[in-house]
Order: sequence, then structure tokens, then C-alpha cells
Amino acid sequence: MKDEITREDRVDALGGMGCKRKRVEDARFTQGKGNYVDDIKLPGMLFGDFVRSPYAHARITSINKEAALAIDGVVAVLTAEDLAPLGLHWMPTLAGDKQMVLADGKVLFQGQEVAFIVAKDRYVAADAVEVLDVQYEELPVITDPYEALQSDVVLREDLDTNVPGAHGPRKHHNHIFTWEVGDEPATNQVMDDAEVVAEESMYYHRTHPCPLETCGSVASMDKVNGKLTLWGTFQAPHVVRTVASMLSGIEEHNIRVVSPDIGGGFGNKVGVYPGYICSIVASIVTGKPVKWVEDRMENLMSTAFARDYWMKGKISATKDGKITGLHCHVTADHGAFDACADPTKFPAGFMNICTGSYDIPVAYLGVDGVYTNKAPGGVSYRCSFRVTEAVYFIERMIEVLAIKLNMDSAELRRINFIRKDQFPYKAALGWEYDSGDYHTAWDQALKAVDYDGLRAEQAQRVEDFKAGKTRKLMGVGLSFFTEIVGAGPVKNCDILGMGMFDSCEIRIHPTGSAIARLGTISQGQGHATTFAQILATEIGLPADSITIEEGDTDTAPYGLGTYGSRSTPVAGAATALAGRKIRAKAQMIAAYLLEVHDSDVEFDVDRFTVKGAPEKFKTMKEIAYAAYNQAIPGLEPGLEAVSYYDPPNMTYPFGAYVCVMDVDVDTGVTDIRRFYALDDCGTRINPMIIDGQIHGGLTEALAVALGQEIAYDKQGNVKTGTLMDFFLPTAWEVPNYETDFTVTPSPHHPIGAKGVGESPHVGGVPCFSNAVNDAFRSFGLTHTDMPHDHWRIWKTANALGLHD
Amino acid sequence: MSNKMHIKLTVNGEEQEFLAEPRELLIHTLRERLDITGPHIGCETTHCGACTVTLNGKSVKSCTVFVAQANGADITTIEGIGDPDNLHALQTSFKEHHGLQCGFCTPGMITRAAKFLEENPNPTEEDVRFGMAGNLCRCTGYQNIVKAIFATADELNAAKEAAE
Repeated sequence: MKDEITREDRVDALGGMGCKRKRVEDARFTQGKGNYVDDIKLPGMLFGDFVRSPYAHARITSINKEAALAIDGVVAVLTAEDLAPLGLHWMPTLAGDKQMVLADGKVLFQGQEVAFIVAKDRYVAADAVEVLDVQYEELPVITDPYEALQSDVVLREDLDTNVPGAHGPRKHHNHIFTWEVGDEPATNQVMDDAEVVAEESMYYHRTHPCPLETCGSVASMDKVNGKLTLWGTFQAPHVVRTVASMLSGIEEHNIRVVSPDIGGGFGNKVGVYPGYICSIVASIVTGKPVKWVEDRMENLMSTAFARDYWMKGKISATKDGKITGLHCHVTADHGAFDACADPTKFPAGFMNICTGSYDIPVAYLGVDGVYTNKAPGGVSYRCSFRVTEAVYFIERMIEVLAIKLNMDSAELRRINFIRKDQFPYKAALGWEYDSGDYHTAWDQALKAVDYDGLRAEQAQRVEDFKAGKTRKLMGVGLSFFTEIVGAGPVKNCDILGMGMFDSCEIRIHPTGSAIARLGTISQGQGHATTFAQILATEIGLPADSITIEEGDTDTAPYGLGTYGSRSTPVAGAATALAGRKIRAKAQMIAAYLLEVHDSDVEFDVDRFTVKGAPEKFKTMKEIAYAAYNQAIPGLEPGLEAVSYYDPPNMTYPFGAYVCVMDVDVDTGVTDIRRFYALDDCGTRINPMIIDGQIHGGLTEALAVALGQEIAYDKQGNVKTGTLMDFFLPTAWEVPNYETDFTVTPSPHHPIGAKGVGESPHVGGVPCFSNAVNDAFRSFGLTHTDMPHDHWRIWKTANALGLHD
Repeated sequence: MSNKMHIKLTVNGEEQEFLAEPRELLIHTLRERLDITGPHIGCETTHCGACTVTLNGKSVKSCTVFVAQANGADITTIEGIGDPDNLHALQTSFKEHHGLQCGFCTPGMITRAAKFLEENPNPTEEDVRFGMAGNLCRCTGYQNIVKAIFATADELNAAKEAAE
């Protein structure tokens, strides 16, 4: 029988970092007691709904409200004309552009917000949407960015081409910006001198984050106290408060923004949408709470899309495969308004991480942003800013180069990886990678899947196919990615001028429990579980005794929110540092209680002990009580701390993925036989949650690579407006994933953690795509674009003559 | 409009009686009229399953059922599957196996899984994946959901054996 509590027992009792703590969020979600925006119901609440444009480009000749207003229960019909006196018919975007809140004279994409109906319930609002009389005069539609740059048709009549945009001069009336990084002449010189150059053009199609919960808000203006409360699907509630204050003129202390439970975000809920603004205005106008919740079709048609990058690449190397240079040009389709959600100085996000995990001495990236008659946006869907595009680009270019060199692409990667001893590594396009051990990860991955065995099996399959024994080819997809997350140093990164720090405020209660509030907001990542684990380890109180609260701007410290895998790198660091401030004060209290100098006590799991005499100690619980129940000379009462953390650098998680896939050349059907994912996210806080994040990110990668697309026809009609056409994988299509890891802590992060939520998406997309491409490599295919749905795969097989 | 119908439902064992327009969707009846907000709206086209309830013993997507069609029906939502003092094995198992993240699909997912395990108490992995394919999840990649359902099947079968 064990009668002594060991140190290990005390560590286990905390439920701190590294343990597979079960989630504290789950009790309410599994019992239907979550509180999402659409669950909020206030007395007298009205419901808002949009009349949207059926056309992609048209002038509005008239809006007649009569029939709509005649319906019993319709309270108001708002148009741009009504918002103009308030200056709210346009709003700033996060990318330095402006966007119509309600159509001001013309519409620029199908599904654009034209009028906002406010009614007693959603059925009456929908009736009024049906009858509102809007007359349009159609204009020529442009859905192709290359055509846009040649066309005489002016999409944005509100802009003067002679006036520079937010990111410098504009070359054409449909051009938004040019962004250049690196040394183009030097890169071109390297290409000219190179022994081998491989070139490829690739289109990374438009898609959408499509969280299961759509976007929505509830605004409630208390005219007596002058206070506005806004509940909404906000990944960045504090920024929303600042924007709402700037736009409405209501002082910021009179606005309370609350992000309740959020049903997934994946980037969709970073931006500010017309619905949010209209619900606020409607509440101010009517004096009643107003709810707006979009339906799925509205979500897919109008709130922020992702990707839509046309990329042209050139990569040069020696005959032996040592890469000497990389050139990348992107034509970026941003739709009708530049509503990217990127840090201000990065109009193409962190696309300049496109040199990937490789030691490439010279590189150049140029990006041209373009307006078209498509929905506005350009958000980062489960990735740090444009990092998925960057990693897809380089991981495809590596495969294309391997084909040109007639070399195995695993080996090509190995000989070009940044070596462990090169970190911190300064990349040609500016970033300083914090830490990595790519060779170890790669070797571990290839060994785990028996890479040589897979290639032998694949070769045999090709023989069998040629001999008519099978109609299925085998693809081995490889990818090695480096993410750049945790934006970011305030000196580089801001959103609408707000530096991208984050924050944590901790209050220890007298009986040894605590509450910590953060500037971030969970959308399923499990912050209430993992941040408590960080704190438990830092302050020695059990995670179960620590409440984590986020998302209420009246109580939480200011922070920039949750996206770009920044919560753990930035707010997680703030949490650890605030915890250390608590510990520093606790040390002084402990020393006083133990009657020794404070340098003579040391922290040990859940207590301070006298150095050299561990039997003399005060537990953190005792110290917490002492902080409130007795006067301690030289110290204020209480035990609280706050930390605002400005990270010195981004963090650079990385990983090695392998996908084994069978491809039926006659049906185009793919069968994922195996998917192995090795992730290195630095210090691991909760392995259970990490694995869950990886499963989810890989599944969203599978979706994007194999079929998920927002497609338009020539008239600008959205062809993928419901879940019938927009591919979300079911349990039936998704494989079981094998997860693995290495641990290379971030040297600059207080606990060495790097962030993980987006890595699997970033690394997964090229891995799935490479598997499809690889299946056809023996038959002469160099590159085929995503999404690899059955029809496109069939077409690829057909074009290669495999049906002859 | 005044073409209201007299509707009677039994929801989670409680009888409900009210007047409603026949076009009212069952999900709105549950969420807005009866304040049963466990079932969610994710697509309104029967694809995502966030609104799944059990209606007269069958899994049904309540976003595309008119309340008029449900007149007289016996309905169970996540709120009727278990309560804090007496959780359904699936509710415990989803937590244990990390079968949820944002939680938005979870009520529909568990409601469907409970019915699925009644329909097929000894499923193969293929059975589970096919039987759950009407419920979409954007967060988990389904792997842990499948695991949680298997673990529950074992648990329920063991309990049944012990009882026999």
C-alpha cells in the first residue's frame, strides 16, 4: 500500500502540460447546452434578412420598398440610401480597401447584400425578401483575373486608378496591388545560369472555410444607457469592438462584444461582414435587439472565400539536384472588394514562406491582386496567412523538379532541407525560421511507411497495369512543410493598426482556485482545457481549479483573436508569463511565511520549498490564502497578474506527411489506403487535442485537394452554393490517419510551443495532391490542378491515353 | 397569416400543444418555440445533420420537416438522450475519445449515433462510417467519433450481457 504522496503524484494531480486532459468544454456540448449565436434569444428580438443580388455585375436602377413594408410584421427595410447619412453604407475591410455594406448604386458579385429586411421573425423577413422590388441593369461580368487586367470594364467605379491603393500604385482600374519580395534580377540570373530549370503554372482554386455554424450576430442597443451589446461569430471580438466603435461613433467603452460558443471558424469568422453592421444599425433604428444569421447558401456565396491563386513557378538546380533559385509570380483573384484578412503590411499574407523547408539561396516572389465579379475575401482557411498556397506551390515545384531531374522526390527534398545546424535560418524571402530538425523528421517518416517498399509496390503496379492486370494506379504522395504561425511581432504585424500581441489576465482566488481571461477565442480548439494546463504547470494549482474565459470584451484583456494558429504561440505565451508573475509574487509570500529570504525558496510543482529543506514548504493553495488573509510587509494584498505578449518572432512548426492512394483510371475514384502524418509543433501541451487537430486539418485538406471548390460560370453565377455541390467529406470518405511526432521546441517561446491547428491542412493539401499526380507520373504527367474530383481524374487519365 | 394548425407533439416525453403555420419547420419549432436549442441549423438542405432528431423511432433531419408533417409525433432530441445525472454512454464516450471539438455537430451526431446503435448493436467500421454519413463534422475528421461509437457499442453490449 502506498501511503506517501510522491512528487509524480503531485505532478499528476495538477493535470498540467503534456497530459491528455479530457476537455472541460465537452459536458455542455454533448448535452446540447452549448450557447451559439443563434441560441441567443432576447425579449422583443427582431430578425434581419438580406435581399441579395441575383447578378454578378449590374447597376441598380430602382428599389421600391412598398410591397415589402406592406407585409404585416415587417418593421424596416434598410438600403444604402438609409445607411448613407450615418456614413455606414460602406465599411473598411481588413485589407485597407472598403466594401459596400449595402449595394450603393451597383452590385459587384452574385449574392451581394442589397437591402436588409427587419421583421418580427425569420419567416416574415423571408416573405419580405421575396417581394422587395429591385430593378437591375446588367453589366458585363468578369470572373477571370487575367481578363480583368485587360478589360475596359471598370468594376470599382468608386476608386481612382491614379490614386495609390493601400499597398501602393495600381496599374489598371481592376488592379489592386503589386507586392514584391526578394531579388528578381539575381533570381533571373541564377535561372539563366542554371544547369536545370523546371517551370510550372498551377491554379489553386477558390474554396471556402464553411464552418458548420454559419456567420451571425445579435445586436442590442440600450438607448437609455447608450450601450451597445453585440454577440457574434467573431474570431477576433476585440477588433470587432474597435471597428464597431470607429464606424458607429459609439465610444468603445459603451460597446460590449461577445463571442459566445463558436461552431467552427477556420478563417471564415475573422472578417467584418455587412450582416454585423446591419444588425447594429437595425437595433439602433428600431430600439430592439436584432438577430442576423446567414443560411448556408449565403455563407458560401458572400462571406469570405479562400485561395483563388494563379501561380507561375520556376525552380533551378544543379544536375545533382541542389536547388539554386526559385521564382514565383501570383495573380491573386480577390473578388469585388479586397477583403483579405492579412496583417496590414502583407497583402499576400505570408506567401513569402514559399521557399518552404529548403535552403534556397536566391528567390523572388511577385503578387498582383486583382478585382473580379466574385465574392470578396481571401481569408486564410485553416492556415496562417496564405501559407497553404505557399506550401502547395513549393511542394508541387519540388515534384515537378524531381521529374525534370528524373530523381526520387524524397531524396530531392533530403538534399535540399535546411540543416539543423543552420537554425535560426534566414530565408531568401526574409523570414527567420526559429528551429527545426527536418532530416530527423523525414527519416522517421520514410522509415515508418517503408518508403522503399512503397516505391517497389508502385513499380510492380505500373507493370501490372501495363500488362492489363489492373485498372488501378498507385500514388505515393509526399510533403514536407514548414508553417509560419503566431503573428506576430507588433513591429511587423497589425490588423487595422492594432498590433498583433495577445494577452492573459489571471486572478487567483483565496481558496486556491483561479480564473484566467485571454484575448483569444476558441472555436473548437479547446482553449478552456489547454490554457488551464499551461497555467497549472506554471502556477502549481490544479487545471481543474482554473476557469478559462474568453470572448467577452467587457471582461477579457484586449487581444487580436484566434486565427493563424496564433493562440498558443501568442496568448499561450502571455498565459505562461502572467503565470510567472503570479509565481514571482507567490515566492515572496512563501518566503515571508517560511521566515526565510525569498532567494532561499524554490518552486517545486505545486509549492515553494526552502532550498535544501524540502520538508519546509508552503503550497500554492496556502500562499493564495495568505495573499488575501494577512498583511505581508512590502506587498499589496491579492494575487493577480496580467501579461501582454509581443512575440519576438513567429514560430515555425513543421511536419512530414505521406499518403498512399489507389486511383481508378476508369472512374476517377480515389482510395486513400494510408495516411501518415508526423508533426513537430514544439512542446506538446495536450497530445489528445493535438491528434484531434491533426485529424480535422487533414480532413479539410482532403476536402480541398479532392473536390471542395467555389466555382462560377461565365455569368458569375455561383455553381456550388449548397452542400449538395460544395464538397464536405463524410465519415465514409475519410480514412483513419496515423499520427506521429518529433519535438523541436521554439527557442523564443516561453514554453517552446509552436501551434498545431493549421499544420495538417497546410501539409495535407499538397500531400493528397502529390499522391494523385504521382499515380500518373510513370505515364508522363507533370502536373494537374486540384481539385482532384473523379471527373478531373478521369479527364487526366483520358488525356494520357489510359483509356485507349 | 392566419392559416394556423393545431399541433400536438411529444418532445422528450413532454406533451406540447400549440398553433403553428403549417410551413413552420420542425427545427424552428424546437429551437424557437420550445427553446430546445440542442439541435442546430447547419445547412437547411438535409445535408449536414446538425438538426438530427429521432421522430417516431427514426433519425430525421428536422430542418426539412414541416411541423405539420410531425403532428402527433414522438420526438427525442439531444436533451432527451441523457441528463447530467444520467448521461447516455455516448455522451461520456464522445468526451473520453475526444469525439468533438467545436460542438456544433455533436447534438445531431450523438442523437444519430444513439439510434444507429439501436439499429445495429454490433457494427463493423464500415457500418459505422456508412451509418453516420448523414452527419457532417468539420473539426474531428470523424476518426475519434468512430472510435467513440465503437467504444459505446462495446460498453452497451457488455452491460446487456451483464443484465442477462
